[in-house]
Amino acid sequence: MTDTLEQTTKIPAGEGSGTERTNRELEAAARENEISTPDRDFTDARGAPHRGDGMGPRAAVGPSPQPTLAELSRPGRGDGKLPHAPADALDAIPEEQRRARPLGLPELSELEVIRHFVNLSHLNYAVDTGFYPLGSCTMKYNPKINEWAARLPGFAALHPLAPDTLAQGTLELLYELERMLAEISGMRAVTLQPAAGAHGELTGILMARAYHESRGDSERSEVIVPDSSHGTNPATASMAGYTTITVRSGADGGVDLDALRSALGPRTAAVMLTNPSTLGLFERQIVELLDAVHEAGALAYMDGANLNAVLGKFKPGQAGFDVMHFNVHKTFSTPHGGGGPGAGPVGVGEKLVPFLPSPRVLQEADGSYRLERSGERPTSIGRVRSFQGNVGVLVRGYTYIKAHGGSGLTQASEDAVLAANYLKQRLAGSYEIPYDRACKHEFIATARPLKAATGVRTLDVAKRLIDYGFHPPTIYFPLIVDEALLIEPTETESLETLDAFADALLAIADEAREDPETVKKAPHTAPVRRLDEATAARQPDLRWSPMTGAESPCPT
Amino acid sequence: MPYGPHTPGDRAHMLDALGIDSVQALFEDIPARVRSDGIDLPGPEPELTLAGRLEALAARNRVGLTSFLGAGAYRHYVPPAVDEILRRGEFYTSYTPYQPEISQGTLQTIYEYQSLIAELTGLDVVSASHYDGACATAEAALMTVRATRRQRVLMSRAIHRHYVDTTRTYFAAARLTLDELPTLPDGTTDLSALEAALADSERPVAGVLLGHPNVFGVLEPMSEATRLAHAAGALMVSVVEPVSLAVLATPADYGADICAGEGQPLGISLQYGGPYLGILASTQALVRQIPGRLVGRTRDVDGRRAYVMTLRAREQDIRRDRAASNICTNQALCALAATVYLAAIGPHGLRDVAALGAARARELEKALSEAGVPRVHAAPYLNEFAVRIEDAERVHAALLARDVVAGLPLAQWYPDDPELRDALLVCATETTTSAEIQRFATALAEVRS
Ligand SMILES: Cc1ncc(COP(=O)(O)O)c(C=O)c1O
Repeated sequence: MTDTLEQTTKIPAGEGSGTERTNRELEAAARENEISTPDRDFTDARGAPHRGDGMGPRAAVGPSPQPTLAELSRPGRGDGKLPHAPADALDAIPEEQRRARPLGLPELSELEVIRHFVNLSHLNYAVDTGFYPLGSCTMKYNPKINEWAARLPGFAALHPLAPDTLAQGTLELLYELERMLAEISGMRAVTLQPAAGAHGELTGILMARAYHESRGDSERSEVIVPDSSHGTNPATASMAGYTTITVRSGADGGVDLDALRSALGPRTAAVMLTNPSTLGLFERQIVELLDAVHEAGALAYMDGANLNAVLGKFKPGQAGFDVMHFNVHKTFSTPHGGGGPGAGPVGVGEKLVPFLPSPRVLQEADGSYRLERSGERPTSIGRVRSFQGNVGVLVRGYTYIKAHGGSGLTQASEDAVLAANYLKQRLAGSYEIPYDRACKHEFIATARPLKAATGVRTLDVAKRLIDYGFHPPTIYFPLIVDEALLIEPTETESLETLDAFADALLAIADEAREDPETVKKAPHTAPVRRLDEATAARQPDLRWSPMTGAESPCPT
Repeated sequence: MPYGPHTPGDRAHMLDALGIDSVQALFEDIPARVRSDGIDLPGPEPELTLAGRLEALAARNRVGLTSFLGAGAYRHYVPPAVDEILRRGEFYTSYTPYQPEISQGTLQTIYEYQSLIAELTGLDVVSASHYDGACATAEAALMTVRATRRQRVLMSRAIHRHYVDTTRTYFAAARLTLDELPTLPDGTTDLSALEAALADSERPVAGVLLGHPNVFGVLEPMSEATRLAHAAGALMVSVVEPVSLAVLATPADYGADICAGEGQPLGISLQYGGPYLGILASTQALVRQIPGRLVGRTRDVDGRRAYVMTLRAREQDIRRDRAASNICTNQALCALAATVYLAAIGPHGLRDVAALGAARARELEKALSEAGVPRVHAAPYLNEFAVRIEDAERVHAALLARDVVAGLPLAQWYPDDPELRDALLVCATETTTSAEIQRFATALAEVRS
């Protein structure tokens, strides 16, 4: 604990409970811990460290740092999962094709494995443990029936190359999900194959390319994105062999229509728009923007990352978008998994249907379902991955959509937008709100004035939120706003949580004025403090070495 | 709404604070011409009936058959400890560890994943995960192009069809050339064709990709292929099945520069194709070319050991159109599954998985050849192989009617190859039983008589 933690800090002990402990008390408690816990690394009977260097003592409850699996490993532990293979099992493998080095995987009892990962899990912040207002990511509640559904043996144990007759349940689910997403988006058809949003973007832009080429229109070499766009948009354009042209946003946060018009031309293949934008604003000139794109003969791509704002209110396909992706792991509640897996289905208008990736899910005249055979539709852009998609994620998304129905989805967006506007309103006095109009499901606040007055930056505010028990919002994105905080509360957070979060941000603004050092050194209560990222990048240590483990030949 | 917390009073309070009567006021920025009123889907379905609907759908799939299907996705025994960890909300309801101070759990598990895959492959740099084996392979091919500034790769036709097709899709977009290498009658890639293709100095080769084992289950001459690739200034990419690395020479052993593969066999259920785990690893020399997240070990300001995402200048959020790839969300939870699986099963366990699969496959080969169904290829295999049988597709269908899935008819993937028109690709794993093998042989005798 540092001596900068003198003043009273509200540490919410649980949502809404409002328990207050002074930092002095916390510090005393920590000191007590240190006295009653041996402050050294343990070694085992053979002198090997039990816990890694620099790990310190562990607490009986609460988060506790963990050594690596390799450090925990002791040769001779862990067995009983499988029968042993017969001694001659590998006789047919030529000597020079066999593994030369011993396999140094860790050897642990199952209890040690479980404790290791359970203790690691305690070092994580998650939606299941607290408010996670990470803008652009839609960290809404992940319903538990979704998890149950995806694990039903009929779904989970189905081989991806199983003959269609064995896969009728999953095929029906996928077929129906495609149609539900088409209705939600106003698109003509949907492919469920892409594994994530960015993969959907690539799929969509490849279809745009195939479309232009099918018309002999091969001079189009550019993709236009606004300066507020997500990094995946320009990166996708490059992967698809296009040059990225960036157009600026206007003062009101919308795409500058004149700038777009002058960037558009016979070289434009597609324009990628995020609507609502990454500023959380609906493009009020969307009709004019889409007209301009189409007049230039280009296609309009919608990045659907922010669809959670407009379910039942705006259908990109009806408005004239030619192609879009969904983030099932945002809008349709499938868990983010610490960085995936997600699913990024792509919806297309009539023009692009022939180019959808293969295989599609088809329904036969007798009502049964089958997968398209390879080569059956020569206009297809081909495969974008193996097999049929992140089906386990799609089962969860299907479950979510069914649980809500059309009216429930619309209500979800209304509540998400209401919560974001309410939170924006509550912060307006203490943080700058650069675009002061109704936002959609998220909004931008900035610490610009705070920084000017106190030197406290957005990064510091974000880190200080951790001490108050919250996950910070997205910061420094989009790139066009200095000191940006992109805040997305979602529809599943209670009014009490929204208020507690607003209170925390307001308190931090006060702290910044009264005691900026406390804020600049935050977090103070997390399992670790700020990290040395420079050394991590300069001398990358990307794997543990040496791995202990099997040094003797396997018992056979 | 099923998961919403707001009471009518809560909504009224928020509307009040905003000075509006109705939430509709917040949607007036949507131009009337493009505003829609609702979604035409049935209303909310209560969990009770929804659960019944899902159970009924799942029950329409038939998963309990005697199956010899592999071809890139494998049935393995997964210790229940794996799912126990995957079900922890602290892991599965968090996101990309942008805030390392409160994400050390995810960060350390990714670092542990990198360490374990580095140990399996012998390569030092392992990316945190890609979408699947096909996408990892395509990314590997693109890496060779970036690293060598050459525009052409050579890919064995005996790499999984979906991986070749996916790489083709990626390459067509970027205007790069992908040439397929033929195979020899023994099932291995034709190295003299490789040599000839590499000799074309007009069209220098960035990378050579071979599967090991390849799609026919056969072991490739990786050392020789690597030597040829390197002699021509090309990089070598090995497309692997990770369990096999417990017993087979590692990519590092034969000098490969990059390794790609499908991590599904490491504790991930079949799920009709995903989510799986794209494995991508490389030598240290290529660390700045590898796409995807990397986690490094460092310290915090108090000197405590800690982990953080690093070398981020390769990534889309920093580098935008100059990024190594557009990948953002990846397959982190699947990488966690692989990490827990490897920790739970250990080095001897993984070797047993590989060796038992090999033993069962030999038993299968013997039973089939006694039934008059011989292998197609002569080269050594591990746990998967192709057999020749007259009228393969019809026999496959007849066996299916007897609840036996006789692998994959290879004509589906190689329709123009007369050698493979009557071939079935079959596999065995540690889960395959002698009784299942007998059932296969018996059913085969029935349908052929
Ligand atoms: C606006 C926007 N576009 C695209 C993406 C990419 O989606 P994914 O991470 O699923 O690839 C994201 C999410 O991170 C996003 O916020």
